[in-house]
Amino acid sequence: MKEILSGNEAVARGAFEGGLHFACAYPGTPSTEILENMAKYKEIHSQWSVNEKTALETALGASFGGMRALVAMKHVGLNVAADPLFSAGYIGAKGGFVIITADDPGMHSSQNEQDNRNYARAAKIPMLEPSDSQEAKEFTKLALTMSEEFDTPVLLRLTTRISHSKSIVELAERETIEVKGYEKNVKKNLVMPAHARVLHKKVEERLLKLKELSNDFKYNFIEYKNKNVGIITSGISYQYVKEAMPDASVLKIGLTWPLPERLIREFAEKVDKLYVVEENDPFIETEVKAMGIKITGKEIIPIVGELNTRIVKESFKVIEPYKLKETSEKSPGRPPALCPGCPHSSVFYAINKLKLIATGDIGCYTLGALPPLNAMDTCVDMGASITNAIGLEYALKGRDKRKIVAVIGDSTFFHSGITGLIDLVYNKGTSTVIILDNSITAMTGHQENPGTGKTLMGEDTPKFDLVNLVKGLGIEDVYTVDTYDLDAVTNLIKRETERDKPSVIIARRPCILLPEMKKKKFDRYEIDEAKCTGCQMCVKLGCPAISFDKEKKKAHINETLCVGCSLCFQICKFGAIKKVKGE
Amino acid sequence: MNTKIIIAGVGGQGILLASDILCEVAMKSGLDAKKSEVHGMSQRGGDVVSHVIFGDKVYSPLISYEEADVILAFEQVEALRNLDYLKSDGVIIVNKAKILPVPVASGLADYPKDPIGEVKKFAKNTIVIDAEEIAKELGNSRVMNVVLLGVMAKNVRSIDKNIWIETLKESVPQKTIDVNVKAFERGYSYS
Ligand SMILES: Cc1ncc(C[n+]2csc(CCOP(=O)(O)OP(=O)(O)O)c2C)c(N)n1
Ligand code: SF4
Ligand code: SF4
Repeated sequence: MKEILSGNEAVARGAFEGGLHFACAYPGTPSTEILENMAKYKEIHSQWSVNEKTALETALGASFGGMRALVAMKHVGLNVAADPLFSAGYIGAKGGFVIITADDPGMHSSQNEQDNRNYARAAKIPMLEPSDSQEAKEFTKLALTMSEEFDTPVLLRLTTRISHSKSIVELAERETIEVKGYEKNVKKNLVMPAHARVLHKKVEERLLKLKELSNDFKYNFIEYKNKNVGIITSGISYQYVKEAMPDASVLKIGLTWPLPERLIREFAEKVDKLYVVEENDPFIETEVKAMGIKITGKEIIPIVGELNTRIVKESFKVIEPYKLKETSEKSPGRPPALCPGCPHSSVFYAINKLKLIATGDIGCYTLGALPPLNAMDTCVDMGASITNAIGLEYALKGRDKRKIVAVIGDSTFFHSGITGLIDLVYNKGTSTVIILDNSITAMTGHQENPGTGKTLMGEDTPKFDLVNLVKGLGIEDVYTVDTYDLDAVTNLIKRETERDKPSVIIARRPCILLPEMKKKKFDRYEIDEAKCTGCQMCVKLGCPAISFDKEKKKAHINETLCVGCSLCFQICKFGAIKKVKGE
Repeated sequence: MNTKIIIAGVGGQGILLASDILCEVAMKSGLDAKKSEVHGMSQRGGDVVSHVIFGDKVYSPLISYEEADVILAFEQVEALRNLDYLKSDGVIIVNKAKILPVPVASGLADYPKDPIGEVKKFAKNTIVIDAEEIAKELGNSRVMNVVLLGVMAKNVRSIDKNIWIETLKESVPQKTIDVNVKAFERGYSYS
């Protein structure tokens, strides 16, 4: 049977067909849908982990128990999980163990463009790179068997265009794999120096064997055409090369690490001029050059951003660079914004008004940094809001009177804010931390987390009580506030940031896009034009339902977008915003 | 030759459903098909673009400048934004909807005065339609995207109309099949 699947759906399907028993992940674009789809297969136990490090360790635990296990994350997630990744490289795999990294060339929704092929080399772990959904499915199955055969975790690298593109996939049945069971084996599973010294030797031997495999690997293959030009490529770049350079000979690499040296040498000898087309880092290029082979890569192929067919054609001078049309009217940008009625808005409105320094974090709420709210100063990585505040507070002490507030989402707090908060208490910080508790992981499309009381598979589980958690971490002053009460939010933040004592404000209200919130009836608001003075205070909230007519000098509320949060009504000093009873 | 189609609009307008149906229709016609889009921020009012390519053998899931046979724009500014992708003899279908980006709403940027006029200056074949109006006439403003699909179907000659209707019936909730088929027909016969 055939189906059109995205790369992420295909990975889940491949895991199912390959007899996978256990899967876990922390969400992150573009990897999130892997686990969401995995959870549809009841034969596999799927769960959301609290972060990528706990996820990788959890999956390794399942592999210890002889299960076929998989863990998925976005590229930056592998930084969080890098510590256990390197240990896992030494330990190997009892049950097949696959680690998926979904990279984001072009940074469609990420803070950097790191190329995680570098992790395969650094951790000495094999890496497979599919170039469409069919391969994504096959490679997931292959990774499981390769892992068991070579006693190694296997990295599977996707990129945004693999994860989020759909193509036709031929489906197969699920293979039934017995759980091998657990056996104590400290020499392998307990990496202390005496054991690790032996294991490292094994890792190097394993790499040599994998290198041999790479040369004969079915998915490392050459397509000879015109031998004037030979191009080495892998992943999505293969598709661009096939379209841009239909007459060139191509060496397509599916097993990116370790590279098939013999095959590369053979190819290099047969073609007149050798090129490599790869996104981001010159990974293959560096290796080929180290083999002493002459090859052209980043001299013509851009290192920044993602590729496409056109860029490849332009790089090979098949076509001239394209000049954008000179339209006289330009399209204004359409950046994402906090939703109308977003529970985060009032906090940022208050921070802006109080002129605080806000160390920020990653989530929907990062949009609070954009105009008109402009209420976030920094965003580094998940969890950094609190720890950045600790250092910044110290640097400002006695030099700068401005107050610092750290802003972090609930899922982000569970991910990596907790240790930071302990650090703040331990090191006698006095900054105020605001936990934006919208009862969901919203940014990545609404996943459950420890605060929601539900698991990925839809089971009930204890719901974390943030107040007690924070108190347990040593914060004495913990307050909760409803974010639809603007005065309460503003006054509380003002009072707490002025005090020289650490405190946590839990700013609480569910995301309006949650199904239970969408069902609720509400009153809408509208502008009374006679009373509107055009002061634009309501516009500063950044609510997409509110617009300002420059000619009329009046605000306007879009009736289909307004969800009746009443924040604009609370802001307007002239009583120009009035309630309209909902039907 | 492969057929290349871009569907563009704003989060929440039903673009992904439309491009899913298009892909399914191509596969049912025995063609190779790929589609690509970026998820992520679309829920929060950002622009959404979906590329769909089908034919005998499809490699890249992305469409480059001046390659699209058809652009289906669910919103006026999104038509203008994607104009560079249109082939010189391609067709661009523009829905009359106007959705203000937040920077425009808050007075930091301007919405073009006449995006459709601007599109027409560059595109030889422009079809303008008020799909929301038609959907409202049919009593369900949510079928706007299917009206637009109908207009597109008419302009993609390589696919049989019956396959469209069959796939549409499978893709929408049971209760709304009738109104969706009507919406499709209204789009298909629009000129
Ligand atoms: C290490 C890492 N993992 C995952 C992500 C993707 N990601 C960004 S924000 C976020 C969750 C945000 O949830 P929350 O803190 O609850 O804020 P909300 O979006 O709900 O406002 C995730 C999973 C990331 N950027 N970095
Ligand atoms: S999805 Fe929820 S949390 Fe995110 S911007 Fe919209 S309302 Fe706010
Ligand atoms: S009440 Fe005001 S701020 Fe809230 S959603 Fe409606 S227009 Fe936006």
